Amino acid sequence: MIPHNTLGYLPETPSQTAGPYVHIGLIPKQAGFDIFENNLGETLLGPDTQGERIRIEGRIFDGTGALVRDALVEIWQADTHGRFNHPADRQDGPRDETFRGWGRTGTDFESGLWCFETIKPGRIAGRSGHHRMAPHINVWIVSRGINLGLATRLYFGDEATANAEDPVLRVIEQPDRRKTLIASHALREGRPVYTFDIRLQGEGETVFFDV
Amino acid sequence: MTADSEFVARDPAAHPPALTPIYKTSVFRAPHRPLLSLQNSLSEVTGPAFGQHELGPLDNDLVHNYAKADGAPIGERIIVHGRVLDGSARPVSGVLVEFWQANAAGRYRHRNDNYDAPIDPNFGGCGRCLTDAEGRYAFRTVKPGPYPYRNRVNDWRPAHIHFSVFGSGFAQRLITQMYFEGDPLIRHDSILQTVTDPAAQERLVALLDLNASVPLHTLAYRWDIVLRGTRSTLFENRLQGN
Repeated sequence: MIPHNTLGYLPETPSQTAGPYVHIGLIPKQAGFDIFENNLGETLLGPDTQGERIRIEGRIFDGTGALVRDALVEIWQADTHGRFNHPADRQDGPRDETFRGWGRTGTDFESGLWCFETIKPGRIAGRSGHHRMAPHINVWIVSRGINLGLATRLYFGDEATANAEDPVLRVIEQPDRRKTLIASHALREGRPVYTFDIRLQGEGETVFFDV
Repeated sequence: MTADSEFVARDPAAHPPALTPIYKTSVFRAPHRPLLSLQNSLSEVTGPAFGQHELGPLDNDLVHNYAKADGAPIGERIIVHGRVLDGSARPVSGVLVEFWQANAAGRYRHRNDNYDAPIDPNFGGCGRCLTDAEGRYAFRTVKPGPYPYRNRVNDWRPAHIHFSVFGSGFAQRLITQMYFEGDPLIRHDSILQTVTDPAAQERLVALLDLNASVPLHTLAYRWDIVLRGTRSTLFENRLQGN
């Protein structure tokens, strides 16, 4: 069934759009029904989660400037110490064992808003010979009309020094395009909120990565 | 995966391009600028892991996981099974596989689906499981029906099941769709045709697997999923911590 190409490697399974009803499988409550006892990715925070609690939120716009109100957004991030909850992270130092660092949600069918309550991650080791990466959250978007999930990163607007050293931001040739990855910082009722709007196409198009 | 391996680059020829005018919704949702190619960092080689304790006992049985006590979904009962492998043909074990689909009449249990076909009171249409040590997954369901959708005036989706798969690292994340061998709508499907390579299209089609069927009860289909492989033992540009 899987044809072998040269050298015995298997070719990848192609991606297909998640479609308009992605909610059914991944966030069924938004589709309008309750089926699983445990809805994965609903909350990132537990009572013992270490670090500064923040809210990140934003909207997604298509090439006409219209809201994308049927997208699924997933995030993957390090803990407050800059450690990922994964065996491939062999950085030294403490790790918050209570923090998985992964969440998923849908853009709201009316407002188009997505949001997560999480913690601000620490700085993370870069590839060997590179600066440490600035605190960031990996963002992955799928929806109707998106044929292959789009990967981007949310960086923090109040981390100018770390952002200036970040080896990934520095790979972006045009300084103006780097700004598309910087979430703006504000306080709402005393709590930090970072706003990260994503533009799929056209003016101000968000930088997406082939990772 | 260990810290001294990273993923081989995604093969763009295996996937649909972002802009596929045959599937009209893609036209305003496709980035116009090229993706920025990044070498893997810890952000890409790591990813979430899930445990069996997070899943319910009926999560991989769509015939029963939404059925009322004395009810059962209408439709052709099937088993769908296969393996999740990486590009080096190694099993990807312990990863979360999620699936969702229309009911046998082609109707989704979703507040935005208003297709004129009945909702099945005994069918939710979603499930999930973890792959075993050999990368195997399996679930029971009813075969979904085809349905029309707004693209061209008379576009119909072939019967299909949506799949979401995690690998060991977030860069392997994949969402796709599985089709059924012999479905005459396959060759008319605009969404399958966003994949331009016919051989790649074939890789999305499950084959009837009589050997895995339950005699006098349930037919089976087999479909394997291949995620990007890893490249190990780096001599240069080693990830931090090696």
